[in-house]
Amino acid sequence: MKQILKGAGIFALAMAAAGTAAANKADDTLNVAFSKELENVDSYFNSAREGVIMQRSIWDGLVYRDPYTGEYKGNLATDWNWVDDKTLEFNLRQGVTFHNGEPFDADDVVATVNWVADEKNGVKTQRNVNWMESAEKIDQFKVRIHLKAPFPAAIEYLAGPVSIYPNEYYAKVGPTGMGLNPVGTGPYKVVSVEPGKHFVLEKYENYHKDSPKGQANIGRLDIRTIPDFNTQAAELFSGGLDWVWQVPPDQAESLAAMGEFTVANESTMRIGYLQFDAAGRSGENNPFTNKLVRQAISHAIDREAIVASMLKGKSRVVNSACFPSQFGCDQDVTVYDYNPEKAKQLLAEAGYPDGLEIDFYAYRDREYAEAMLGYLEAVGIKSNFKLLQYSALRELSMKGEVSMSFQTWGSYSINDASAIVSQYFKLGSLDSAQDEQIKEWLDVADSSVDSDERKEYYSKALKRIAEEAYWLPLFSYNSNYVFTKDLEYAPTTDAIPRFFQMSWK
Amino acid sequence: MLVYTLKRLGLALLVTLAVSMLSFALLYLSGDPAAAIAGETANADDIEAVRIYYGFDRPWVVQYGEWMFNAIRGDFGTSYYFKLPVSQLVADRLSVTMLLGLCGISFALLTAVPLGVAAAVRPNSIIDRIALFLSVMGQAMPSFWFGLVLIVLFSIKLRLLPPSGSDNWQNFVMPTIVLGYYAMPAIMRLTRAGMLDVLGADYVRTARAKGAGEFRVMFKHALRNAIIPVVSLAAVQMGFMLGGSIVVESIFALHGAGYLAWESIGRNDLPTVQALILVFSMFYIVFTFLSDLLNAWLDPRMRVG
Repeated sequence: MKQILKGAGIFALAMAAAGTAAANKADDTLNVAFSKELENVDSYFNSAREGVIMQRSIWDGLVYRDPYTGEYKGNLATDWNWVDDKTLEFNLRQGVTFHNGEPFDADDVVATVNWVADEKNGVKTQRNVNWMESAEKIDQFKVRIHLKAPFPAAIEYLAGPVSIYPNEYYAKVGPTGMGLNPVGTGPYKVVSVEPGKHFVLEKYENYHKDSPKGQANIGRLDIRTIPDFNTQAAELFSGGLDWVWQVPPDQAESLAAMGEFTVANESTMRIGYLQFDAAGRSGENNPFTNKLVRQAISHAIDREAIVASMLKGKSRVVNSACFPSQFGCDQDVTVYDYNPEKAKQLLAEAGYPDGLEIDFYAYRDREYAEAMLGYLEAVGIKSNFKLLQYSALRELSMKGEVSMSFQTWGSYSINDASAIVSQYFKLGSLDSAQDEQIKEWLDVADSSVDSDERKEYYSKALKRIAEEAYWLPLFSYNSNYVFTKDLEYAPTTDAIPRFFQMSWK
Repeated sequence: MLVYTLKRLGLALLVTLAVSMLSFALLYLSGDPAAAIAGETANADDIEAVRIYYGFDRPWVVQYGEWMFNAIRGDFGTSYYFKLPVSQLVADRLSVTMLLGLCGISFALLTAVPLGVAAAVRPNSIIDRIALFLSVMGQAMPSFWFGLVLIVLFSIKLRLLPPSGSDNWQNFVMPTIVLGYYAMPAIMRLTRAGMLDVLGADYVRTARAKGAGEFRVMFKHALRNAIIPVVSLAAVQMGFMLGGSIVVESIFALHGAGYLAWESIGRNDLPTVQALILVFSMFYIVFTFLSDLLNAWLDPRMRVG
């Protein structure tokens, strides 16, 4: 009997403990799951989506772009102007303090910019910072940022990945210390970090009143890394989680059908595309150097069907080599409709009446790639499918050894076409087209401060990319968000969940 | 016994050295770490800068020598991604894995050995059939599925145990069962086979003939001999649990060393992978070494070999 009682005691204890794991609206804590480990919270030293999410909550930039209207508003700066096409001047906001009490002024901006712009300090995503030359203090609340070359997308970057760090603290602790004890001016301050595993954030009570981000509503964020979606779902059901995202389409559908949670879907800036070795770097007899073969493949794949049956949600077929909301992303380009007969005919014209055999590389979304293999097979193209790790495929691509690959690009949520076309069509090692005409046009578009001129030249480049079928843009991605019905939240197309915009109903 | 121990120890050290060298060479061949570290937006110049910054441009023998020299002094370098010392990172993650491994192997031994003995005492009885059924199930069920079944039952239906995390002992109940159940069938079948073998041996008949009690015959005479191969098997299973619990760690979000290894391989975090391979191989080596010693203690004949 004693034994049974003892057993019952453990039983009750387990029940009590399982109960305490669940916390939500009642104690003002939002329990969140990440699927991937965020190794270092210092936003300049990770390139993960999870890192961007943390960055927007913990730190502020000089500028803020309203994700719903697209309008730029002053955040740590109150206003700015172009002194010339390589110099930006900012008036800084007064009375802002960092989470550790350090007051914010020009010294923080100058120290941050000068440090991150120096290549030797090894900021992970160089593209986010390498357009800046240096920063200069004019007075305590006025700074100038000097650019290496004219860079019209500067404001977009300053509103995105460039956050301002406290100069004294960062000089002392560096990226390792910042990763373990992050300090910023943002709406949430960090309470604890277990690298890769668990992050706890709390509303910053002294957050500056006039911030365009607004004040945080939810008191506490408890973020855990749970790699397996099924486990995340179990946590949702047992009350251990309130908010998850990147939920696979099928699971999102069944969760929506159950009606216990809010299921929201929003497009992301990531697009998928097929990249062809039009320049013939992978071998001289490469069929992809023939425009007709590239066009044949473009007609062979039913992108609408893949979107409708596999990606679902707000995903759309894209025809231009960029995400439609990006500045300069002209939609008026050649469209390749699904037409297998025409594909066969083009192949025959190209000298492959009996079809051909190709290497098909991919690094993610095996099921989408396999659907495409099926469509190619139907018009007589046999593929040797090769699924590689991302870094391995990238290495091969840089060496020019990849004839055709299924790639994706998220533009780092930068809402400007330069973040994708200029990344891949300016004769770099990842440029499989090596078209000098396109590079010339992109050079104009990338450096002009006249927005009409920029649009005109991006349009020229995008039209030629489509016309030549250098890429076959496939579709935009989407993300499913599943959260408790107590939560008020509208996802944004840049796929950056902003915790400070969430509130309890 | 001393000579035997020293000989085994020397062999273990040589194996460790060989494993570290081989894994270093394989990692070196597996892909360009500079491209992985430089990230998505890097161009060829950025990657070259990273290559020089981390010293990947040097011959691998030089890189290995440097790594070995530091590793001997306990310095495994800094993780490219966490920006933390690898030794600190690995120690943090290993504590979870070791706890899980110990619980798992204990669970397996505590269930498998009694079941195996019971099955051997009454071969083809109902107990034997049940034991066989359990072992076939354990072998056939993939652990990711079994784990999810447990989660549905204990976390969602009964609300007794938390589905994920590693904060309380409750978090370890389901992972222990899943991990232990996978190792159980082999141990049980081997115990049963060993016991059947031994129970028919002359010395058991002699023991019975001289009037020893059944309990004494079973545990003093029979099990001590039947258990020898089980000890070796359990050692290998334990090594496997410490290095190979990736699936279980991932399902229950335990963040142990296995999952860390899996993630680090994906992102080419060489210092972390290298340290983990060394630690995992050390586990196998240490456990095999210990099981050899234990067997030599159980069976004096082995000390000669």
